[in-house]
Amino acid sequence: MNMLDIIGPVMVGPSSSHTAGAVKIGYISRKLMGEEITVAKIHLYGSFLATGKGHGTDKALVAGLLGLYVDDIRIPQSFELAHECGMEFVVDGIELIDAHPNSVKLELTGKSGRELEIVAASVGGGQVRICEINGLTANFSGDYPTLIVHNQDQPGHLTEVTSMLAHKSINIATLQLYRDERGGNAVMVLECDQEVPEESIRWLAHLEGINKVTYLSLK
Amino acid sequence: MYKSMEEILRRTRVENRPFWEVVLLEDCKERDVTREDSFTTLAGMYRAMREADSAYDGELFSASGLSGGDGEKLRRAVQKGGMLCGNLIGTVMEKAVKMGESNACMKRIVAAPTAGACGVLPAVFLTLEEERKFPEEKMVEALYVAVGIGGVIATRAFIAGASGGCQAEIGSASAMAAGGVAYLMGGDGEEIVHAAAMAMKNLLGLACDPVAGLVEVPCVKRNVIGAVNALTSADMAMAGIRSKIPPDEVIDAMRNIGIALPSCVRETGQGGLAATRTGMRIREELFVKR
Repeated sequence: MNMLDIIGPVMVGPSSSHTAGAVKIGYISRKLMGEEITVAKIHLYGSFLATGKGHGTDKALVAGLLGLYVDDIRIPQSFELAHECGMEFVVDGIELIDAHPNSVKLELTGKSGRELEIVAASVGGGQVRICEINGLTANFSGDYPTLIVHNQDQPGHLTEVTSMLAHKSINIATLQLYRDERGGNAVMVLECDQEVPEESIRWLAHLEGINKVTYLSLK
Repeated sequence: MYKSMEEILRRTRVENRPFWEVVLLEDCKERDVTREDSFTTLAGMYRAMREADSAYDGELFSASGLSGGDGEKLRRAVQKGGMLCGNLIGTVMEKAVKMGESNACMKRIVAAPTAGACGVLPAVFLTLEEERKFPEEKMVEALYVAVGIGGVIATRAFIAGASGGCQAEIGSASAMAAGGVAYLMGGDGEEIVHAAAMAMKNLLGLACDPVAGLVEVPCVKRNVIGAVNALTSADMAMAGIRSKIPPDEVIDAMRNIGIALPSCVRETGQGGLAATRTGMRIREELFVKR
């Protein structure tokens, strides 16, 4: 909590959680995709579904997926903008289990055919939480450069990642590990204090046992 | 953020600095920025409020159709003259409604402290700047005073309707504005915190009961009472009146009331005005329209 949580953010209304937070979820998802999004399936849950229309949650999510930020005055026209940019989208409702009341599931396809599935929640005051990536638990705010590594659940992968970060003088702010089953699919989520260089991410992605690397840059 | 008004006042006495500067120094420490950076950032927020005020469009309506056009009605009433409350308060009312409507109509606003309460601070500050010809620098200093008060409220209690009802949003905005106005009128630390305390006391217990869960009814018009209440509270403090309950204890009372409020009046759209026959009907109509 600091001064800018008391006065700010500068945002397009009407709701910090249902509008600004929704833009931020879309924006982070676009960054995670790392390329233009061509198809977006937007599934709203809970209060997002119930009051989303009146709060412009649908427009806000589309705006964010196009790369617009929370204070962009084009947010109300995002549907038209998506049409111009060639992004197809559908918005509907969904039932999610154990999800935050303001949640959304996004099924995205990028320009190169890359696919990304995200479950995220808007937790109040414009703050958000990315809860799932491609069906595996994640848990981060998008306020830091974030490295998400999907790997086989085997010894040594954590060391590979942390050694690389140490070598690049990158400090780890938070670190989380999850897996679906012993020896199965695992994920590590690292929030960092500095940006991770592109070549390091490429290097990581080619290692044996690393299935996928996704990176959120704040640049 | 400071944990108490008393802590801010103590520092103003020990270091012999004004209230606003003590808040600025805390921001420099927290966000690791220079004085100049901090000041420029907050001045940017103030200008964004001014731009949002001038960008009001009286012909725009919200997606639900519930909000729009009332700021324009007030503008005409002020221009015509003869309002009971006079032109100063008339203009404050006009600006408060305009900002609330702009927010509902998906225009750009500054959350202060929240989007629902975004009209209170600009209504009061922009009107006083115009009426009393304060330089912008002084207005930004007053905004620091508001930040200091809001920070204590956010730390000791909450500033979200979902946590503590409307008293946490409009009540907090009103307390922040009252302190800022007291400063603009030449008030010292003591007068600032008592203006804030009296403003908060007047709005304790206020429910957050938006119709259909939208930030429109009654949120837009509640910005008016928050803004006008800030002026009257600042005037009381400047007249020498003090809150019998110390400011920090008033904030604690807000917290206790917020916790005690049933969830139906904490931004769930299920109680109060939202649960009236008309409120329910509006909700149903909106859902059928979907």
